[in-house]
Amino acid sequence: MDRVPLIEFRNVTKRFGDKTVLDNLSVKIYENQITTIIGKSGTGKSVLLKHIIGLLKPDEGTILFQGKPVDKMKKGEWEQYRGAIAYLFQNNALLDSMTVFENIAFPLRQTTNLGKKEIEKRVLKRIEDLELSEAIDKYPSELSGGMQKRVALARALVEDPKIVLFDEPTTGQDPIRKNMILSMITHYRRKFGFTAVIISHDIPDVFFISDRIIILWEGQIGFEGTYEELTKMKIPLIEEFLRSLDGFQDELTGLLSREAFRMHYTTMLGGTAKSVAISAAVLSVRLNILQDALGPQPAVEVLKALGEYTNSHFNAIGGFSARYSRDQILTIFPHTSVEEAKELVAQFALKLQQGVLDNINGAAMAKIGPQEGFDIYIRAGVTEVLPNDRIEQIIERAEAHQEIIATHRCNCEGSVQ
Amino acid sequence: MTGTGSQRQNNPLALIFPATGRWAIRIIGSLGAIAIFFFLAFVNIFKRKQLHEIVRQVYYIGAGSSLIVMLVGLFTGMVLGLQLFYTLVKFGSVGALGSAVSLSLVRELGPVLTAIMITARAGSAMTAEIGILRISEQIDALYSMRIDPVRYLISPRIAASIISFPLLTAFFDLVGIIGGYITGVMLLGTNAGTYLYRVQSSIDMVDVRGGFIKSLVFAVIVSCICCYQGYFCHMRSDGYGAKAVGLSTISAVVLSCVFILVADYVVTSFLM
Repeated sequence: MDRVPLIEFRNVTKRFGDKTVLDNLSVKIYENQITTIIGKSGTGKSVLLKHIIGLLKPDEGTILFQGKPVDKMKKGEWEQYRGAIAYLFQNNALLDSMTVFENIAFPLRQTTNLGKKEIEKRVLKRIEDLELSEAIDKYPSELSGGMQKRVALARALVEDPKIVLFDEPTTGQDPIRKNMILSMITHYRRKFGFTAVIISHDIPDVFFISDRIIILWEGQIGFEGTYEELTKMKIPLIEEFLRSLDGFQDELTGLLSREAFRMHYTTMLGGTAKSVAISAAVLSVRLNILQDALGPQPAVEVLKALGEYTNSHFNAIGGFSARYSRDQILTIFPHTSVEEAKELVAQFALKLQQGVLDNINGAAMAKIGPQEGFDIYIRAGVTEVLPNDRIEQIIERAEAHQEIIATHRCNCEGSVQ
Repeated sequence: MTGTGSQRQNNPLALIFPATGRWAIRIIGSLGAIAIFFFLAFVNIFKRKQLHEIVRQVYYIGAGSSLIVMLVGLFTGMVLGLQLFYTLVKFGSVGALGSAVSLSLVRELGPVLTAIMITARAGSAMTAEIGILRISEQIDALYSMRIDPVRYLISPRIAASIISFPLLTAFFDLVGIIGGYITGVMLLGTNAGTYLYRVQSSIDMVDVRGGFIKSLVFAVIVSCICCYQGYFCHMRSDGYGAKAVGLSTISAVVLSCVFILVADYVVTSFLM
């Protein structure tokens, strides 16, 4: 990539006493992307973010913003740079003696010359954007964890920053909330067009939403690239670390993790005669569209319902499934021809339509209102599995055959997709 | 261990001198840090958007403390009236009660006791509040929002202390003199006219100015120490988190009281 990075660390070293936390580190963060930083604790992830915002200064090396060294900026330029960055603390760091409204208005009141009415207008806009209207006069301690996170995000976004830094936004949350927060980040990133830098350990979910992944390893870059490149990477220590985070099951849906699925698949191929038919299906929902229309929670609920039902339905007939990307589920049917697999998927779709998705109706209605409607489309593509097929090849072929297998109407009026 | 090394270890002087040196360097370093901290906070008082916060702090530190300060002033004046009455009776100079009560209050007790009372009430609150903001990363959050934490948190408190301390001292003095009147005149029967005449004739502007200079010095000392202790509570080596806030509050109150008394002596010796 030869375009100018938005932020670049060039040979940055940071020491605390005798401990070198960042060791001659060079990192590039590009505009309009979600960059995820991952690494064992104590490898300097937060230190890296704190350098970006200027809370820490490097002992050696330079940090550049749009190609310009940050330490050589004039006061005005520095202020402009700082104004372009917002930081979301792990514990939200909301001012606990102020109400939600005051918290969000606070940076505008303190750092701008805007009038009272203009501030109120902007704050109310963000409150509406982030669905915080009912919490407007509450104090942070009166809100749930997810809501506090949204207030922190509203406060970060009220000044329209170019870059938002998220310090472990999902730590300590349950699987649905984790996915909701990550969905929220992608949703608002698309809506407001900021560049996101996330520190998170919630793999694979955080990988699904990332454009670039940086793995910090003992103060240096262990890996830098896309998720696809990461899956092909062969660095034993890092692979082991990622496996330890990944686990055996996908937390949200209960499906197999990618690694566990790969092991299952390899074992199955090894134990199957070449002549036996194997089929695969890729099931998907368009999570981004769902999210834009219904909000993060119902979107995650649909995905969870689909995943859980896929797991229970196909496991019972000998299949095994994994969530292979953010909104895609891959199922393998051993000893099944393509025609049989299509029949199985059709039966699955029928049952899915008959009831599994009903429970999201209430959540969806709250968002879209009784006068509007929304159709959720579940797509599926079935393909045969050829000997020595890589999983990526199977997905590619199945995607090419994808068609809508089930629809669920959230309300009777209108139809939006 | 070499022979020279073990000899050095056994020599008590070799232990005392480095320890003293380290202690001295630490104290001088801390004093320097407080001086820089005060300088930065003082400069920031005159920046924009400070008035609202300063007024709010004057309300907390000044108006909020006025009742307790006046209560202490009243009883201090009453005790002084009582003690001095019986002392002066022995010398047949009860007529000087008004002078004795008012001069003790205006020159000495007013500024010192007011400062100690504000330390106990508002100083400890300053340390605890700023300390909690520090440990819950709210100070870092301010910084991340491009708000200088020293400007937003410290400067208004120092400005409010500088405004409130002399005013509260004046309240203390006035109520104390009334306290002396209650015991000396109303309870023990000294002549009211003599008491008030003595109060009026014996207090010069020099005394009042001296008292106010003291209260200004105490305002700077108390607000600086209390804010500094809270602001840097995360750097304590003897405790973390909530415990650090507790220890910082103790240090803030103890150090403020000690420095009030030390500074009182120094300022008095300059004024006399």
